[in-house]
Amino acid sequence: MGDAGASGLREMLVDTTTRMLGDLADPQALVNAKDDSWKAPLWRALEEAGLTRAWAPEALNGSGAGLADGFEILRIAGSFAVPVPLAETLLAAWLLAQAGLRIPAGVLSVAPASEGERLTIGADGRISGRARAVPFARDAAHLAIVAHGAEGLTIALIRAEDCTIERRSNIAGEPRDDVTFDAVKAIALADAPAKFRDETLLLMGAAVRAIQMSGALSAILERSVAYANERVAFERPIARFQVIQHNLARLAGESAAALAAAGSAGDAIANAAVFDDAVFLEVASAKVRVGEAAGEGSAIAHQVHGAIGFSAEHALHRFTQRLWAWRDDFGSESDWALRLGNRVAANGADALWPMLAAR
Amino acid sequence: MSTPIRFDQIRLPAEAQVLRREVRAFLQEEIAAGTYDPRLADRESGYHPDFSRRMGERGWIGMTWPKRYGGRERSFLERYVVTEECRVASAPTGMHFTADRQSGPILLKYANERIKSDILRRITRGECCFCIGMSEPNSGSDLFAARTRATAVDGGFRINGTKIWTTGANHAHYMIGLFRTSAPTTENRRHGLTQFLVDMKTPGITVNPIADISGVRHFNEVVFEDAFLPADHVLGRVDLAWQQATSELAYERSGPERFLETAGVLFELMRVLGERPDARAAEGLGRLVAQLHTLRRMSISVNGMLQAGKEPVLEGSLVKDVGTLWEQALPSRARDLAAFVDPQSSARKAFDEVVMRAIGIAPKLTIQGGTTEVLRGIIARGLGLR
Repeated sequence: MGDAGASGLREMLVDTTTRMLGDLADPQALVNAKDDSWKAPLWRALEEAGLTRAWAPEALNGSGAGLADGFEILRIAGSFAVPVPLAETLLAAWLLAQAGLRIPAGVLSVAPASEGERLTIGADGRISGRARAVPFARDAAHLAIVAHGAEGLTIALIRAEDCTIERRSNIAGEPRDDVTFDAVKAIALADAPAKFRDETLLLMGAAVRAIQMSGALSAILERSVAYANERVAFERPIARFQVIQHNLARLAGESAAALAAAGSAGDAIANAAVFDDAVFLEVASAKVRVGEAAGEGSAIAHQVHGAIGFSAEHALHRFTQRLWAWRDDFGSESDWALRLGNRVAANGADALWPMLAAR
Repeated sequence: MSTPIRFDQIRLPAEAQVLRREVRAFLQEEIAAGTYDPRLADRESGYHPDFSRRMGERGWIGMTWPKRYGGRERSFLERYVVTEECRVASAPTGMHFTADRQSGPILLKYANERIKSDILRRITRGECCFCIGMSEPNSGSDLFAARTRATAVDGGFRINGTKIWTTGANHAHYMIGLFRTSAPTTENRRHGLTQFLVDMKTPGITVNPIADISGVRHFNEVVFEDAFLPADHVLGRVDLAWQQATSELAYERSGPERFLETAGVLFELMRVLGERPDARAAEGLGRLVAQLHTLRRMSISVNGMLQAGKEPVLEGSLVKDVGTLWEQALPSRARDLAAFVDPQSSARKAFDEVVMRAIGIAPKLTIQGGTTEVLRGIIARGLGLR
């Protein structure tokens, strides 16, 4: 990537996605909507533009865009707090494509989606286990899963209706369902490639969420700056008060850290042949740092907005509630910090700087 | 939706990583030869003329400058690598670093040919130490309140007044000073200040040391009593110094020295925690590593964008704001994480020493080179809030 042709195409993709989401997923319009009638046209437009299956090749029914393009789509989607399973479908298509499996039409999701969970596949090819907080499981026609078997890892496509789905929601009201696999027969399955490891799906999921969150943090910064310039109190726009300026500078710092960390993780994945230690450092760091930024940044955005930002009719919560919730998906800050801390400690103090300075 | 903040994805070029290995080998040799002790480095002012001269021989001072002035015309990302390896190894760069980072580039832009070919060359050889004369007893963050006067006389200017908190003035051969040449105007209170090159040997200049709470001798008061500066020592336009700060500021604010000043604490923390820390310590360590990695990616991105001719001024300011607060908080966070380690272990004693010194210098990290408060005002302007 990086040549003029690729960057020109990237810009076109950014423009198209931004325009489409502005038309069909404007956060304030969604808050004002009386029902869910916005959902079907939005999903249809995303599918027709090929955005939901960008990460699978055309031969497998994907639209064959690159990883970097997909991450850019997700950053923009995050900046609109897009409330449909775009990220989940992209991720599932990517997972299936790893094993050369064909991508079915419709909404997809992935499992496991949390730290420390494991599905198993028996000698009979049936899949068992339980996955907590699977995003949009109830809306998905199919789930793409990773299961451990005697021979190693298997990637499988499963009909959602063959599983037991216990409905739960995150703080943004999005489905985070508990899914039980009771000797479920897959529609299609294949061995995961050798380079695919136990933590690969969790890493990819964490990178996806970090990038969505970096987009959402950019959006709350922009909205908070605009609000501070509009809102008049004590006879002047509150942006004139130094304390407001400093709080927004802090929000900008958190937003900047999130953009840099998530962008770097996406870039590392897009240019890596395998999910090696370098990718681990990038993704773990991104999920930790972006998660921290989400907490700090949301608090500042709400403080600047005052009571109106806490009202259901204002769009701010569409971002902040998702920022809070997305911290928990595919490993929280604490989960990834523990993994990262254990790994660097095991390698010893003298190995830390060479690892950080490798890129 | 688009924010004014962006970070291009920059990967260090292969030649920078080759250079990194050379710098690392050099610094290891210096430590082995007893030039300095990296664990004690923050106790000293980092002023070490022999070390600076050897850095100069390697071509690592002023390395981005034109060859005709002794530079090597290497990229800013290569300079980045040299700077970060020196900081991580706590190398004693005090003699040349100010000249390398900011004084040299100012001369390159504003000094005449004779001064450039003389002084820039000496800087690159590691023979020349610079200090910065900005703060005054009644003018710190409020730079434009400076009152030290430069009065035009035949052939130059006479300087009268006092600069204060001037780091390294006791060693410096030259100062780049900001002096008042005219009164501010009612429309523009920033008007009337001029940048000068000052030879510290000029008669009429007295340097008085000021003790600081860390015990490191670096602060000074510099008193000017009718000190004469020749006219060709004016840098840029008379009365218009405020217009001259441009993209160089982004370099000054975004470098690795803005978050690595206390990095030694992190390495000692890892030694004291060992290879199998408990969950509390491991999680805390993981967060610190994630935060440091993120700062480094931000900083490299800014430097890469500058190299590519962009002006990431807002991003550079954000690196300094987030980075200095991080390096300031690091010693106390490390102290918390090591709290339950056996106090009798030998690693613990070394750790406690390093932490104590780092806590002692921490307050200055968010003051020097522009306070957090001033920086946030600049960021707020970049965001369109003022």
